Amino acid sequence: MPEKNTYPVQLLQPDGRRVWDRVHTPLIADVDADRLRAMYSDMVVARRIDTEATALQRQGQLGLWPPLLGQEAAQIGSAHALHADDYVFCSYREAGVAHCRGVPPEDLTRLWRGVAHSCWDADAVKMTNPAIVVGAQGLHATGYAYAAHLEGAEIATIAYFGDGATSQGDIAEALGFAASWSAPVVFFCQNNQWAISAPVRVQSATPIARRALGYGIPGVQVDGNDVLAVLAVTRQALQHARAGAGPSFIEAITYRMGPHTTADDPTRYRTDAELELWRGRDPIDRLRRLLERERLWDSAFEHDVDERAAAVAARLRAATLTMPDPQPTELFDHVYATPHRLIAEESREYAAYLEGAGR
Amino acid sequence: MKTTFAGAINHGLRRALEDDPKVVLMGEDIGRLGGVFRVTDTLQKDFGNHRVIDTPLAESGIVGTAFGMALRGLRPVCEIQFDGFVYPAFDQIVSQVAKIHFRTRGKVIAPITIRIPFGGGIGSVEHHSESPEAYFAHTAGLRVVSPSNPGDAYLMIRQDIALDDPVIFFEPKRRYWDKSEVDFERLDRDGGLALDQARVCASGADATIVAYGGTVATALTAADIAASEGHSLEVIDLRSLSPIDFDTIEASVRKTGRLVIVHEAPVFAGLGAEIAARITERCFYQLESPVLRVGGFDIPYPPAKLERHHLPDPDRILAAVDRTLAA
Repeated sequence: MPEKNTYPVQLLQPDGRRVWDRVHTPLIADVDADRLRAMYSDMVVARRIDTEATALQRQGQLGLWPPLLGQEAAQIGSAHALHADDYVFCSYREAGVAHCRGVPPEDLTRLWRGVAHSCWDADAVKMTNPAIVVGAQGLHATGYAYAAHLEGAEIATIAYFGDGATSQGDIAEALGFAASWSAPVVFFCQNNQWAISAPVRVQSATPIARRALGYGIPGVQVDGNDVLAVLAVTRQALQHARAGAGPSFIEAITYRMGPHTTADDPTRYRTDAELELWRGRDPIDRLRRLLERERLWDSAFEHDVDERAAAVAARLRAATLTMPDPQPTELFDHVYATPHRLIAEESREYAAYLEGAGR
Repeated sequence: MKTTFAGAINHGLRRALEDDPKVVLMGEDIGRLGGVFRVTDTLQKDFGNHRVIDTPLAESGIVGTAFGMALRGLRPVCEIQFDGFVYPAFDQIVSQVAKIHFRTRGKVIAPITIRIPFGGGIGSVEHHSESPEAYFAHTAGLRVVSPSNPGDAYLMIRQDIALDDPVIFFEPKRRYWDKSEVDFERLDRDGGLALDQARVCASGADATIVAYGGTVATALTAADIAASEGHSLEVIDLRSLSPIDFDTIEASVRKTGRLVIVHEAPVFAGLGAEIAARITERCFYQLESPVLRVGGFDIPYPPAKLERHHLPDPDRILAAVDRTLAA
């Protein structure tokens, strides 16, 4: 990881033309037509997951949803760089990454519907469930990475978080621990410009990637709406980690086109002009232009992607609408891994109460 | 063999490191220094700096990275240097470590031990003598324990590390240098009391005293004095602060009819309130007088020259005993 790469790395311009870069172009030399199409497909599916979940929230089927609209390249590009045994630590906005890790659509909304505190089986896909407390997962990724390093396992972890999280002590502590331990962890900051209503300049007086340098960690800025550049820098960082060279930090400069969550109203704090500017940098349009330029686009492919996205959306919707409410007795399940006097007593008493009340 | 409280924990940690390669110790200054109280003395020398890890100075970082290590299958034992330094790690303990088993419907365990030297009586400066147990006992998913003597310290640290739940392990620092005879082989063989069981450490008929950690020895002294005055007090060492073994307390109160609870922590919303409420529910018709509490005042921990007034001593305990016997 070259430390001087603080300019945003870009391999794909908004009009779909490639940029040649001596360091990063070779990192994606193997990306063929199939891989380009797969990334395009995943980006469209991620957007469709987001649209469907947002709609379900508006219809009262989900309590909350944190949209990823606009961040598809940052999520899909980085996720395509991961190996199956790398471990992902995420915030609540990484539904696109989850899709790439193999999380089925029916597992994406459980938390947001309020039937459980988690969505998918973390170990099955090597990706934790959403961390709601901002930044806590940076430390978890660091500890996991270090434990794997002690085992001699050649894996890396990646911690996803936003620009707001960089103000949290836990992210700062994670950078310190990771550097001290030379832990194989990649810090992946999706700088989407806004932490709810606070612009990134409220969080940091310096480019965020530069903060890593103070910890002795290489930091790079990448155009987060350029899926090829994100793939390249994430591959580079993961290789660096797996090779035992320690942590690195990626700042993907992107934009959250929707609200922070469905409870938020971005019209209160940002302008239409800003939104328009970023619409012109839409990550999906950009890859489509590349595919068109390189004659990898045809109506059969377009149709195929649409069908795939529609199928995922239909599965997501059907699964969400038919999720059974948990049983009241489940309140007491799994609070502890081992038998516990107080829980056993309360569980017994409440079951008797419900029975007595005929419920 | 004769051992100190600190030495007994050290021996327990050593055995845990020997028995299970998944056990790692981590904390500030626990390596070459052996911890500020020397509880981890010689362990890094014998097990290496990958098993006994000196961490950066950051409590949230210690617990948060321990959580990540646990996800990878390790069984981390974290040392927090002093009670008053645990608060930066509060989110990682109560929101991350404590909740992961429930959050994942039992798929993920966090077998993390968090050792905290706690309580006063050593003449230290502020933030070095606090009793934060109620914060943690209030959190579902955590177990909270506090041994009061070297034998229990050895037994409980081993049980705790072997347990699949996270445990806050409070070490009463003014007892670190207390010595007693501990038969480690017998404890290893017989297992001793379960981690969540209270112990009746003095039997009596007139009133029950419940104490834990550093106050157990104080309560036993009070019981000795009371005996010389013709009153027989039953003393219960709680050992587990969450969950609390109410069955043992109830059995005692059914016999004595009177209950005094002793702890160093401020009385308001402390563990004493919980014990008083539950025992009142269970023993309303057996109680001869109201349940009384003797504890720290509802103030920030005072400067060292005043702490003897703040900490329950045998006289304050006996004054409460007099009140309960008079009723």
